[in-house]
Amino acid sequence: MKRLSWFYLLTLVVFLLPQVFPDNYYVTVVGVFAAFHIILAVSLNLLMGYCGQISLGHAAFFGLGAYSSAILTTRYGFDPWLAMFSGMLIVFVIANLIARPILKLKGHYLAMATLGFGIIVHIILVQTEALTGGPDGLGEIPGLSIFGWAVDSDVRWYYVSAMCALVVVLLSLNLISSRSGRAIRAVHGSEFAAQMMGINTRKTKVTVFVFSAVLASFAGSLFAHQQNFVSPDSFSFFFSIELVTMVVLGGMASTYGAVFGAILLTFLPELLVVFEDYEMLIYGAILMMVMIFMPQGLFIGLGDKIKQLSLKWRNQYSSERIGPS
Amino acid sequence: MSEYVLQFLISGITVGSIYALVGLGFTIIYNASDVINFAQGEFVMIGAMSAVTFSVAGTPLIIAIIMAMLVTVLIGFALNLFAIKPAKGASVVTTIIITIGASIFLRGAALLIWGKDFYSLPAFSGEQPIHIAGATILPQNLWVLGMTVILVSAVLLFFKYTLLGKAVLACSCNSTAAQLVGINVGKMMLLSYGISAMLGALAGVLIVPITFTSYDAGVMLGLKGFSAAILGGIGNPIGAVVGGLLLGILESLGAGFISSGYKDAIAFGIILLVLFIRPSGLLGRTTQERV
Amino acid sequence: MALLKVVHLEKSFGGVSAISDLSFDLPEGIVYSVIGPNGAGKTTLFNMLCGFYTPEQGNIYFETDTIYPLHQMQTHNIAACGISRSFQNLQIFFNMTALENVMVGCHLQSSCRFIPSLLRLPAVVKEEKRVLRQGMDALKFCHLEHLAYEMADSLPYGDLKRLEIARALASKPRLLMLDEPAAGLNDTETQQMSHLIRQICDAGITVLLVEHNMELVMKTSDQILVLNFGRLLAQGTPEQVQQNPVVIQAYLGGEL
Repeated sequence: MKRLSWFYLLTLVVFLLPQVFPDNYYVTVVGVFAAFHIILAVSLNLLMGYCGQISLGHAAFFGLGAYSSAILTTRYGFDPWLAMFSGMLIVFVIANLIARPILKLKGHYLAMATLGFGIIVHIILVQTEALTGGPDGLGEIPGLSIFGWAVDSDVRWYYVSAMCALVVVLLSLNLISSRSGRAIRAVHGSEFAAQMMGINTRKTKVTVFVFSAVLASFAGSLFAHQQNFVSPDSFSFFFSIELVTMVVLGGMASTYGAVFGAILLTFLPELLVVFEDYEMLIYGAILMMVMIFMPQGLFIGLGDKIKQLSLKWRNQYSSERIGPS
Repeated sequence: MSEYVLQFLISGITVGSIYALVGLGFTIIYNASDVINFAQGEFVMIGAMSAVTFSVAGTPLIIAIIMAMLVTVLIGFALNLFAIKPAKGASVVTTIIITIGASIFLRGAALLIWGKDFYSLPAFSGEQPIHIAGATILPQNLWVLGMTVILVSAVLLFFKYTLLGKAVLACSCNSTAAQLVGINVGKMMLLSYGISAMLGALAGVLIVPITFTSYDAGVMLGLKGFSAAILGGIGNPIGAVVGGLLLGILESLGAGFISSGYKDAIAFGIILLVLFIRPSGLLGRTTQERV
Repeated sequence: MALLKVVHLEKSFGGVSAISDLSFDLPEGIVYSVIGPNGAGKTTLFNMLCGFYTPEQGNIYFETDTIYPLHQMQTHNIAACGISRSFQNLQIFFNMTALENVMVGCHLQSSCRFIPSLLRLPAVVKEEKRVLRQGMDALKFCHLEHLAYEMADSLPYGDLKRLEIARALASKPRLLMLDEPAAGLNDTETQQMSHLIRQICDAGITVLLVEHNMELVMKTSDQILVLNFGRLLAQGTPEQVQQNPVVIQAYLGGEL
């Protein structure tokens, strides 16, 4: 029970939010995006934060999932859930194919390879117009319905996407405190020692890579049905970088950190919109300053600052008690 | 068909030279501070945009270019002093995010100053095409090639034969040891960033008569420069130059013979293939991790 | 009963021979030390035994219930035969606590796979409790249980050397290879290490040791192998090796 206490709290907050703030744009509309970003950030965190494999191409799997759903439903009349499952299967195959050669690379070379992969996927999405609709995108994607219950309002989408995000968070928390989770983190710590403890490091890396890709595909399919429209712009290199930023900002190797980073970077552009032309400038400045002054990420950095402050207050309080008699 | 090959080669070597210069800039900063500078492309963009602004304001071209270089070098110094130095010791991913933040910041600033328009400079010595073996070369292509050769040679000679250059290399190998022999590591870092920014600015100025520039023109160039440096083997300046040229040529041939829409995909695809076969790049050293 | 048989092993790096025609048998149940000057090939030998390097020629056989050809096997499979090691340059998982480090050592002693872990099936919960206990037992054996929940990157060097051994022990190996376990330790810590090594051997684990600290080697070993320039120079009990004139000339320098 103790292990998941924060998770239960999170679940409670998530379910109560639309009740406490009904008809609130930030909760229902931006909140849905936050949920998609949470799935993406948590999945990327498994690969980057826990397993230590840098990926600058995560948006590609998000896009592949979204487009699979879009194409299979609009052009081939698939049922949305079947299309989603098929998309995850397609991504499963693709990720397996590229994982083996790509994960032999390390550091900057791995970054380059994942970056290249992401850009190649993006270009293919743009160029295969007959299939994908090209740069103009693909519209009229049907919505989702769960056993007849149509997900056709903002509030309904909030609850569906929030639940999906919570499930992914739970899976990640479960994985990390298990034999598989330790094996994943051991690969990051020292591949030599991990092998010597009997861990097949190549297989471990491939498994995490494929799993995080499939989760991204799942998020992509949800996105496609929620937006009823997809275009390549949403799946570019810039978005891959944004996802990396969410993971790093939240503090790597922390599932809750990834959640925090995702929520923060979903709401930040909304808040910066008021600055209009200065938006990009301020966004860049904030990124730089946070990483310079809190390199362990905002989540852990703020957590530490709170601990420091509370220690200071406690010392003050106890010294007041001791005081002159 | 063969005259097309020559034409594609010419444009490929031209754009490849720019990639080489950007890649070289990447490599210098990487060698000096172990940082992958995702804002490298912005040096190119700012160099070009500043030169255009000064030139349009009435300064002679040469002066405009020199002033643009100065502006960019100052920005390079600022990047080192305010973004990289305070974050010394941070992890690889953290510094990547910092330079990405810097890149976004600089692009945001450019957006404010110059808006979303496209800008260009007149060609340095006219637009009279030269015909060789069925292909056309513009004088600007020759400027790009010529200046690239001069710049790359100057940089390589600087690092190999001058005391200052060796001091910079010493800092990148082992900054503590360098300090102990009296080298001012801070100044060497500043110098490296300055040289890198200067290379970027010059690359921008050289190519802008051919390709125009805008506030986000630096992004793809930065990516391509990074790819060039990786292709050649990160940390190897000659590798970056070879990588850049190769990348430009492959891109141009791909665009010409296969499809211009797919040209970037082809370029990155080839980089991926190279990395799968040689995981440390074409000329990179495979460092054995000792257990 | 030879646990390990090394037969005519050859390894060179870029033309420089690191190991030349090396053959020896490692009997079960003893502390067997490999000594020699720097560059004699000791760590190269270790790295071949655990599969990080492949020998150019020669065979390595590990015999428990079957004969395993180690020279053809991958590291994680070699580990599964019952071989574990510590490293000359610490390979601690600095991103985990001390206890978590050792729990990774229990990897081969547990079996829950990826999907059951995701779903946290009852078998996973049961296994986690068991692995936690086994991890604590290994820490206790090496007198580190008080540091269980400390992050590894906050621990002092001496403790980290023992932590690596605890981690290797958690995999319940038949053969434990220790690569310079006393490097960087002071006298007290070295005494404790010597004691720990004998305790490990008494528990039934064969120990293969690479060490430069001659006092520890002579005091703790049952048999010693002397390497020089990648070749076998001498073999025998500590007394025999100490009195061997060839060894004295090449390595021990007379005085002990």
